Amino acid sequence: MSEFFAMGGYGAYIWPCYGLTLIGMVALAGWSFAKQRRLTREAERLKALGKESRQ
Amino acid sequence: MHYLANPARFVSLADRLLPWLAAATALAFLVGLPYALLFSPPDYQQGETVRIMYIHVPSAYLATMGYLGLGIASAVWLIWRHPLADLAAVALAPVGALFTGLTLVTGAVWGKPTWGTWWVWDARLTSMLVLFFLYLGYMALREAIEDPDKAGKAAAILSLVGLINLPIIKFSVDWWNTLHQPASLLRRDGPAMDPSMLTPLLIMLGAFSLYFVTVILWRIKAAVAAKRVDGLRRARAHAAQRARTAA
Repeated sequence: MSEFFAMGGYGAYIWPCYGLTLIGMVALAGWSFAKQRRLTREAERLKALGKESRQ
Repeated sequence: MHYLANPARFVSLADRLLPWLAAATALAFLVGLPYALLFSPPDYQQGETVRIMYIHVPSAYLATMGYLGLGIASAVWLIWRHPLADLAAVALAPVGALFTGLTLVTGAVWGKPTWGTWWVWDARLTSMLVLFFLYLGYMALREAIEDPDKAGKAAAILSLVGLINLPIIKFSVDWWNTLHQPASLLRRDGPAMDPSMLTPLLIMLGAFSLYFVTVILWRIKAAVAAKRVDGLRRARAHAAQRARTAA
């Protein structure tokens, strides 16, 4: 197991690359998903409000 | 194409595709990551550092393909004024910038043990740095100009001028004497790579591409919804004002 993490002595180069890529991609995906959900719900809420006030 | 130019239709199609795309992305990484980190062999020259290539190459691929998409979307918006093309361009820019940044960083970290240096001003590395600044410039320009139509136009023109950088990136390793190695995947005589490394690289390319499409669709959806929210808010303000004048 420790051999796997050592990566033949190059662990200090390989793991930061994978870690940074993971953090960057997860952060961007999370931000994008949350943004579309928040705005889609907000649009639905405003649409419902508009219908109510017209009745 | 015309059919999908309608934002509402686009969103309903995206909603149908997105659960599958997100699941396929997760599955592709679940297969690709153990392959890249464990099951593929170390390179006879690079040793274990070759594993960085499995994220560096897909990042670089998406960085350049993303910019091609940005250029095409900008051209479509400038010529035909399809509103969805402008939203697609805005959605692409930060995703492309992330992958360009990751390409530069993973390349530098690979370069240190392999070349003995983090950075050289070699044609491939420099043209990738220019790509990063093109993405940042595109986003900064859209933020800097208040009128959204003028901002869109200026940024679209910038992105079209920047397209010249793409062939420079692609052929930099052939035109100049670079430290960066030439292409091993897209060659006339076929990929110059052993299947034990080609397979994990292709799986990772697929995983990154699925991720890219998923995130772009989320971002375009968000932009369409933002426009709707804006329109509905304006309509409400307008109605409220009319009610006040009538009273």
